[in-house]
Amino acid sequence: MIEVQNVTKRYGPFTAVNDVSFRVESGQILGFLGPNGAGKTTTMRILTGCIPATEGRAAVAGFDVFEQAVEAKRRTGYLPETPPLYPDMTVREYLTFAARINAIGSSSRRERVNSAMSRTNVEDVADRHCGKLSKGYRQRVGLAQAILHNPDVLILDEPTAGLDPKQIIETRELIKNLAGDHTIILSTHILPEVAQTCQSVVIINKGQVVAVDTPDNLTSRLQGSETIKVELDTQGADPLPAVSSIPGVTNVAITQSNDTSQVLDVQSDQSSDVRRQLASTIVSNGWGLLELTPIRMSLEDIFLELTTSEESHE
Amino acid sequence: MSNILAIAQKELRSYFVSPIAYVFIGFFALLYGYFFAVSLTFLVRVSMQAGMGMGGPQTVNINEYMMRPLLGNTAVIMLLVLPLMTMRTYAEEKRSGTIELLLSSPLTGVQIIIGKFLGVVTLFTVMLAVTLIHVAILFMYGEPELGPILSGYLGLWLMGGAFISIGLLISSITKNQMVAGMGTFFVLLLLWVISWIGDPASGSTTTQLLGYLSILDHFEDFSKGVIDTKHLAYYLSVITFGLFLTAKSVESEQWRG
Repeated sequence: MIEVQNVTKRYGPFTAVNDVSFRVESGQILGFLGPNGAGKTTTMRILTGCIPATEGRAAVAGFDVFEQAVEAKRRTGYLPETPPLYPDMTVREYLTFAARINAIGSSSRRERVNSAMSRTNVEDVADRHCGKLSKGYRQRVGLAQAILHNPDVLILDEPTAGLDPKQIIETRELIKNLAGDHTIILSTHILPEVAQTCQSVVIINKGQVVAVDTPDNLTSRLQGSETIKVELDTQGADPLPAVSSIPGVTNVAITQSNDTSQVLDVQSDQSSDVRRQLASTIVSNGWGLLELTPIRMSLEDIFLELTTSEESHE
Repeated sequence: MSNILAIAQKELRSYFVSPIAYVFIGFFALLYGYFFAVSLTFLVRVSMQAGMGMGGPQTVNINEYMMRPLLGNTAVIMLLVLPLMTMRTYAEEKRSGTIELLLSSPLTGVQIIIGKFLGVVTLFTVMLAVTLIHVAILFMYGEPELGPILSGYLGLWLMGGAFISIGLLISSITKNQMVAGMGTFFVLLLLWVISWIGDPASGSTTTQLLGYLSILDHFEDFSKGVIDTKHLAYYLSVITFGLFLTAKSVESEQWRG
């Protein structure tokens, strides 16, 4: 549905986006991650036809965004980083204008505007001026504008930025509901958001793609070993020999220790699940098992690892 | 076409929901009224002198002694007012980011530009139409010739179109309204006085060329009641060329970022 092939964007000597390629299947949500200035917005602006790429090509719904710009734009909804609102228009007037320039006929215009407003929950401010709205409402009116013409592809630049926690949850729900009918690319800084809403992730840093995968695969791929946190009460005995003799365990370290309990970090091969063995060893030694938690590498860690290791190459 | 109208209406609307349109129309009418009164006083003095046989022409021509200087003064007001009307067209959209709504919508750059141009031209036409009240008063109490007045207004309207076209171009270059307004004013002023540097007596090619470029010289004939295709072509080509360059400027902005 969305195809980006070797897209490069240069501003004079500065390369904002360097040879970026990825594709999004129909009905999927792609998360676009990267630190500030990584080239996320530039890539999105190329996809929406706001700026042309220096090299490479991009296609939306089978239409080249440069060669067949009008056809591609007709099928794309775009929410820029700052919602493009006219402060002197009311929300209804604004959405009606957006419907007009998106070639929605006057017969269905009213109905489309109403449905977009109800989907994004902005009906209660329909007659307020856009300039007087709170950040959360602005964001949602911007989103209403993007989904108004029922586009195949939605490109959302930080759709949850500036929303309060309740609105963030609502917006995520809305985005999830929109997937299926729409193919969505969303950029964000909030990593759990990607884990919760996206089927695939593109991590971009300094204009280059550093990883493309599903959130789960990314987590397991970058995790060389599993770490399990174990808290146990050995009544004074040393647990190290017994625990490290379990097959598959590669390293054991005591991270915390006091009279009543000890906390261990048990590392193991990624292939072997040592949790059962670990539990039975502890129980058969007559120790008390207080806690056993697998520590997974969070997307934050992956993100940091990918974006900072990139830096050390230079 | 419907797309162009949508943009034109949006532009026009943005003037009328704020006091901007009323300030423009009101002050334009006020200044026009002032110059009307001044010209009228002058006309009365000249005709009294003529009546008393103190020299001057035997019959006083209203068009010659009143309308021509009045339309010339109106052109000066336009020089000051129109840059203020066009300065926000692109600069403001770029500053606030709303330009992205237009650029990502299925409109072509040319549709956006023509829409904006028509929006501003409509407001300008309203401003000019309001001044016709004075002309109507003139017809009630005097017998001016209609032809030169109509051609004079046509000239003003075309000159306004040229000003707006140049104003759009300069607004499309910058994000800053002040820079757009001042820039437009200076460019228009330069085009206004560009022929002053040449020596009319010499009749050299340079003088002729500068005279041809001058936005004011082409208005002279219109105010005399002459509609010359040469002058029509000049204003229409300035408008077209200005809009064309605006399209190119917006496009190159996209390439440069």
